[in-house]
Amino acid sequence: MNATALSHYLFFLAVLLAASWPLGLYIARVFQEQPCGLDTVLGPVERVISRMTGAGTSGEMNWKTYAVAVTLFNAMGIVAVYAIERLQGVLPLNPAGLPGVDPFVAVNTAISFASNTNWQTYGGETTMSILTQMAALTVQNFVSAATGMAVMAALIRGLTRRETDKLGNFWKDLTRTTLYVLLPLSVILSLALVWQGVPQTLTASVAASDIKLPSPTPVAPDALGGLDTTPLATPGQTIALGPVASQVAIKQLGTNGGGFYNVNSAHPLENPTPLTNFLSMLAILLIPAALCHTFGVMVGDRRQGLAVLMAMTILFAGFAWLTVQAELHPNPLLTQAGAPHVPSLEGKELRHGVAASALWAAATTAASNGSVNAMHDSFTPLGGMWPMLLMQLGEVVYGGVGSGLYGMLVFAVVAVFVAGLMVGRTPEYLGKKIEPFETRMAALVILIPPFTCLLGTALACVIGPPDAVANPGPHGFSEMLYAFSSMGNNNGSAFAGLTATSPFWTIAGAVAMFVSRYWLIIPVLAMAGSLAGKKRLAENPGTLPTHGPIFVGLLVAVVLVVGAVTFVPALALGPVAEHLAMTR
Amino acid sequence: MSQNRKNRPGLDAAIVRQALAESIKKLSPATQAKNPVMFTVYVGSILTSTLAVQAVSGHGEAPFGFVAAIAVWLWATVLFANFAEAMAEGRGKAQAAALRGLRTNVVAKRLASTNREALITELPADSLRRGDVVLVTAGDTIPCDGEILEGIASVDESAITGESAPVIREAGGDKSAVTGGTRLLSDWLVLRVAAQSGETFLDRMISLVEGAKRRKTPNETALGILLASLTLVFLVVCVTLRPMSALAVGLAGQGSAVTVTALTALFVCLAPTTIGGLLSAIGIAGMDRLIQAGVIATSGRAVEAAGDVDVLLLDKTGTITLGNRQATAFFPITGMDEKELAEIAQLASLADETPEGRSIVVLAKERFNIRGRDLHDLGATFVPFTAQTRLSGVNLPGRTLRKGAPDAVRNLARESGEPFPEELEARIHEVAASGGTPLVVADSGRPIGVIWLKDIVKGGIRERFAELRAMGIKTIMVTGDNPVTAAAIAAEAGVDDFLAEATPEAKLARIRRYQAEGRMVAMTGDGTNDAPALAQADVGVAMNSGTQAAKEAGNMVDLDSNPTKLLEVVAIGKQLLMTRGSLTTFSISNDIAKYFAIIPAVFAGIYPQLGALDVMGLSTPASAVLSAVIFNALVIVFLIPLALRGVQYIPAPAAVALRKNLLIYGLGGLVVPFLGIKCIDMLITALGLA
Repeated sequence: MNATALSHYLFFLAVLLAASWPLGLYIARVFQEQPCGLDTVLGPVERVISRMTGAGTSGEMNWKTYAVAVTLFNAMGIVAVYAIERLQGVLPLNPAGLPGVDPFVAVNTAISFASNTNWQTYGGETTMSILTQMAALTVQNFVSAATGMAVMAALIRGLTRRETDKLGNFWKDLTRTTLYVLLPLSVILSLALVWQGVPQTLTASVAASDIKLPSPTPVAPDALGGLDTTPLATPGQTIALGPVASQVAIKQLGTNGGGFYNVNSAHPLENPTPLTNFLSMLAILLIPAALCHTFGVMVGDRRQGLAVLMAMTILFAGFAWLTVQAELHPNPLLTQAGAPHVPSLEGKELRHGVAASALWAAATTAASNGSVNAMHDSFTPLGGMWPMLLMQLGEVVYGGVGSGLYGMLVFAVVAVFVAGLMVGRTPEYLGKKIEPFETRMAALVILIPPFTCLLGTALACVIGPPDAVANPGPHGFSEMLYAFSSMGNNNGSAFAGLTATSPFWTIAGAVAMFVSRYWLIIPVLAMAGSLAGKKRLAENPGTLPTHGPIFVGLLVAVVLVVGAVTFVPALALGPVAEHLAMTR
Repeated sequence: MSQNRKNRPGLDAAIVRQALAESIKKLSPATQAKNPVMFTVYVGSILTSTLAVQAVSGHGEAPFGFVAAIAVWLWATVLFANFAEAMAEGRGKAQAAALRGLRTNVVAKRLASTNREALITELPADSLRRGDVVLVTAGDTIPCDGEILEGIASVDESAITGESAPVIREAGGDKSAVTGGTRLLSDWLVLRVAAQSGETFLDRMISLVEGAKRRKTPNETALGILLASLTLVFLVVCVTLRPMSALAVGLAGQGSAVTVTALTALFVCLAPTTIGGLLSAIGIAGMDRLIQAGVIATSGRAVEAAGDVDVLLLDKTGTITLGNRQATAFFPITGMDEKELAEIAQLASLADETPEGRSIVVLAKERFNIRGRDLHDLGATFVPFTAQTRLSGVNLPGRTLRKGAPDAVRNLARESGEPFPEELEARIHEVAASGGTPLVVADSGRPIGVIWLKDIVKGGIRERFAELRAMGIKTIMVTGDNPVTAAAIAAEAGVDDFLAEATPEAKLARIRRYQAEGRMVAMTGDGTNDAPALAQADVGVAMNSGTQAAKEAGNMVDLDSNPTKLLEVVAIGKQLLMTRGSLTTFSISNDIAKYFAIIPAVFAGIYPQLGALDVMGLSTPASAVLSAVIFNALVIVFLIPLALRGVQYIPAPAAVALRKNLLIYGLGGLVVPFLGIKCIDMLITALGLA
């Protein structure tokens, strides 16, 4: 890493860790219903919503009721998004006059946004009306993130409470998260984005004409391998606009990642400046990192939260380092062909540069965000592999809002299980005994994403449309593996180069996204319910400490080992084979 | 301590022979299906065998030699796991057979009523019912577990406990239970049958040692789930690799899809077969170790709970202190010589056969070289201790010498019209405060001094408690002594807390309080009044010498009736869990090396560049796969002794134990297979096998 890249990398990590602390404490107050500073403004709104949803009167829920509420609410969301997409042609706020969305794409998109994946098989500005973007997609951006945080809060309550079956009230958690956490942060970020030039308007588009392109710098034809370098013709252009800033803010903060424009945050109107780039990247990881502190406060031992945060940070810092390194390293094939000794620029925006693009790739895949500011397909084989592996680890390296932490806590349960045995005690986490039921639920949570990912990819190999991938050799396989890694872990980022609009890809993808979201939420809640019913054992020197460096190391190892043993063979057929072929 | 138990051979030739036969028998699908991890290997063995048969005809997916070799080694993997389990069971089975011999052909003498003179009916022991009354006379084998109604007798319990010295059993009190299968050496007993045939202690012991009714413990189940899930992951990894590699063939334009044989081999290597194959052996061996220590647990669950215990309720006498108090000093009243007091005290104790009495004689001899004298020469008569006077001593011509508890001597002095000096009161208090028991000596009713009887704390017990504390286990001393004495002994022994003037209710209340705080409590007990506390404790160890009620209330019985055993029980419980955890870690760490061996080998045809991952430099793709499979099978055999013996138990805080075991089994598990696979590869290449 050169000095600029290194300082950018370190500065980003430092700001992220510094900002997560106060936010984590704030979110803990929100979940524990303590005064958080915004009560006077938002309290009345909360009371109105709570009257509407019945949250105020229905009391606390046990895990089954909680799970039913989560499922019903998300099912309603899926149906609503599907309906709006299909009917947008006859609904208002459609200045561009876009027709209803293709049914396969509509199903895929509905599940994609409700499950916090935001896999996009469409180009936003040419497919979705402003109403769809706002009422369907942006709404889901908020509530899917809030759902994740609510489930996480329920799990933390399960860990802290003793001998009860109550895990909190889903409607209340959902409302408070949206109102007190997601909305204020989105407003702040939207304003910053608007200030930097991101559009926020109900106008569909502006027409630009008489565009003067700067005449290209003369390049020796040899260097470009005889490519056509004649200047482009300059006809008029239609520049799509809309409520971009608000959607971009929540897509980053809620680890959604669904861009307003097709090319997501590589688009100059979604991410115009280095500052917006930095703020967006920060927004991607901010809440998931902050929630670790929230966890620490809620369990009454901040070191517990810090340990989880450290494990996540070590993994992220490592993978981000590797990704940036891979991209800064010139492609040996180009070097051999006599090209100048430069980092791998293909697929990246010059205004962001290589390091910021690679760092973004690591951040967006570490969190289950999936927004991109560069095309991952164009990364070097290893530069593409690390982000892919970050997803395959189960989106627990910060991970999705809420979902990342509950996923990581499940890994902690598994780590504690093996480590607990090694110290000669039946395993316990935070004083709760880990017994067959918890193990079974933990196994489900950890296994389902790799299953959907591997089985989906294998299925695509057998019955997928043969022309879906654009590239021959291992890279073509990487494109397929990346797609299912992304959908099977609710990330939503895409390697370009894969045509995912066919019925196979839209439906198989929708199933993968659905399964890996809801089949995890239910076992997590079941585990929370079972934990809440247990006694909390007293801590003593014989208890395995879950806050020290050994535990952090162990947690990192468990996450890596589970991910590695599952995906090594598949990765060997994709990026590893490609990399070794390139360097040979 | 029981010699025959401790010296049971670990690797007896007969046991090995029997285990070899058992490992073949265990190949039945019904047995295999009980262990999901090994069942997949079993299926894999059948699958590759079928492929080998197909390959004989020359139409196989790979050369016959390769497929057959893989099939053979997969079968070996299954057999090795069977062998491990059979070995663990074998030791118990041998013992069970011996125990079963005790039950045969015992004839019981049933009495028509509880009167020993009542009508006797002879009938086989196994047709006795609970509540029947039987007579046992010298030389009889006791036909059943029973409660003594009448009589006192000496009993040879060596068949159960291994202890050859006979024990006294008598009606009433805490020594009123007898165990079926033991032998009456003298006298007679009238018993009420406490457990009918099939439910007796002996039956329970037999089923435990041979593991017939062994149910999986919760922790074993939980680990089983985790291992089964891992197996499932690897199954999916390997199954999906077939279409993925087929597609890769198309994309690369060369090579062929990975063969089913290679995928099966990869799967078996990755699946946690090491721990999967040894898991039940570890559990059985853990129970067996407990039996070797002379403790019978009613369930495997209790053994695991022992590992979790964080509060130990220990009886003072016998556990913390030596059973007997010893005289350590003489404190005469003013005006009396210490030697004079010692002399009188010795005279008063000469005929006293209690350990305390003897220790007074010994002390007098050590301090002042006062020799023991013959009572007859002195014309003395011995006055034994009675419950009424609570005094003992001798009557000399014209003089009575007595010793006893301060209260008793105070009464004696009052009756004799002698004053009880203030300085004695002060001395008594001082002795009590230092943890001793004061014994007052009176000469013809006049109190003349105090003997300090001291509780002798067992050597090394303080260090042992410190060790327990480091592991997070709190020790509580339970004693009938007054709080002052108890506090002093507690301080000397280094326990964390004590319960003085303990009543059964107080014990029960204390256990409940600890449990409410989220602690796991273990205790020992022998009396019927201990039963509620034994039942309430998470681990209740009843003394075999104790009452039937106590034995039924606890979840373990200590055959040696040694309260210190609790510490051993905790260690065995922890060791069992540590062994499971360490071998799981080892098993999973192994996978890394196996990937490096197999991945380059199976993809060599499609992407030759992946050969760069073959860091071990294995000779051919076939030998690489085969070496990994052979390593995977052999490692089970090498770990059988460890599984049976248990990993080294370190009494240390959790963090230290974790660091140590991670280093040995985590790092070791990472490195060992690299070396092992390379060696096997070199060997089979040298032998020209692959």
